[in-house]
Amino acid sequence: MSAVYILWLRQLKRYLRSRARLLGSLGQPLLFLIALGFGFGPIFEKAGGGNYIQFLAPGIIAMSILFTAIFSGMEIIWDKQFGFLKETLVAPVSRFSIMIGRTLGGATVAVFQGLLVFLIAMLIGFRPDNLVMLPVAFIFIILIALFFTALGTAIASVLEDMQGFHLIMSFLVMPIFFLSGAIFPLANLPRAIEFISTINPLSYGIDGLRWALVNSIHFSLLADFFILTIGVIVLISIGSYLFSKIQI
Amino acid sequence: MINNMLNQRDKHIITVENLTKKFNNFTAVDNISFTVAEGEVFAFLGHNGAGKSTTIKMLTTLLTPTSGKIKINGYDPIKEQHQTRQSFGIVFQDQSLDDQLTAQENMEFHAVLYKVGKEERKEKIKELLSMVKLWDRKDNLVKTFSGGMKRRLEIARGLLHTPKILFLDEPTLGLDPQTRNQIWTYILNKNKQEKVTVFFTTHYMDEAEKMSNRIAIINQGRIIADGTAQELRAKTKTNSLEEGFLTLTGCEIKEKSANSIDQMRMASRLYKR
Repeated sequence: MSAVYILWLRQLKRYLRSRARLLGSLGQPLLFLIALGFGFGPIFEKAGGGNYIQFLAPGIIAMSILFTAIFSGMEIIWDKQFGFLKETLVAPVSRFSIMIGRTLGGATVAVFQGLLVFLIAMLIGFRPDNLVMLPVAFIFIILIALFFTALGTAIASVLEDMQGFHLIMSFLVMPIFFLSGAIFPLANLPRAIEFISTINPLSYGIDGLRWALVNSIHFSLLADFFILTIGVIVLISIGSYLFSKIQI
Repeated sequence: MINNMLNQRDKHIITVENLTKKFNNFTAVDNISFTVAEGEVFAFLGHNGAGKSTTIKMLTTLLTPTSGKIKINGYDPIKEQHQTRQSFGIVFQDQSLDDQLTAQENMEFHAVLYKVGKEERKEKIKELLSMVKLWDRKDNLVKTFSGGMKRRLEIARGLLHTPKILFLDEPTLGLDPQTRNQIWTYILNKNKQEKVTVFFTTHYMDEAEKMSNRIAIINQGRIIADGTAQELRAKTKTNSLEEGFLTLTGCEIKEKSANSIDQMRMASRLYKR
């Protein structure tokens, strides 16, 4: 238990100490909110979609969680390159606790980042529909963060160095974001896009978040919740397995 | 008779039989066998890239051997990883600190992972950081440290808990003689008072000669000699261990790239062509 705590604490300290990373990762969501929100707003409204900022904000909050979580998970690669991973790997601590500690740490950082973007969205005009549902939104924020931190950790366990990082960003993380319903509604899409967004885990996270924040839903709340929860459990198991196979 | 043999085996805290590690078609460790007795100070000598670090990595569960058997404190590092990990402590050859944390935080992280009690932790962290002259810098981030300071912190951290076996991979490389001396005094004290078996690699022949009870020399992945310093001198008919070592391994000096694994990978790429 104490091992989980110290691993969690370490992730948090590292995050709070790198101010540049903290600020840098707020720039992108802000830009998306402003450029997309105000740029497509008029068209969206004309097409009968309502206020675009209201629609977009949950998607951008989820985006910032996605990026931060994947990135935190992939910090293992840095630890591998800078040698610190060895210190953790030879320790008489179960691989599962290490994986849990890291995942909780990375997820906490991602949740924090998501909340910051939530505040930024409020600053540019986003208003949650019903404050009573904020705890539900918080649950989905946590689920998205856990899911993608575990995914990042699992991927990083099998990568040798940062060379693979761009590949993962371009062919996994970006498609997950763009094809998730973060920036457009999932209704009336071409078959292929509809299929991809249905198998995309982030779609369910955003769907749940959007239900809680602006009361609009595509799948169902139960489906959103269970698919993500099961996904988290499966990914943490796979991640611990892959992590236990790391050789240095 | 059987009892006797069992007793004999019990005394060996490290047993290695026909251990081999191949990276693609490059053989980093080639069919080595040796034993280390409980309470012994054992020196493992060899040029850069001879296979020292690869061997240590296999003994400490970081690498899976291609073939061969290992017993650490009676446990198999492949099948009984957790028990093996409970049996040893290690100071790595290359950096393994988190440089976004302070010296104190690095020490605490280690203490928690190795379940060093709270009271003992405080005391020992102070004792060890003072020994390596980093106590006044304990709250500075490691990234502000010089190479030598990082090395000292690395050693202090490795000595924080008391394992059955202590692996030291070129522990005192690049340290000034005074610090080297203090660290060795501390280590040998642990060896005598708490029966910690010490397994170390070094480039300093005088260090190997002075500190160890027994020495094995590894060259190009093979153990080419094994015995006390006197035995090795006698065997090579030389006056010092240094001369003996050079006689045994051949005099050429091997270039070393970033780290031994890089070198092996590079070599395996070259061999493939």
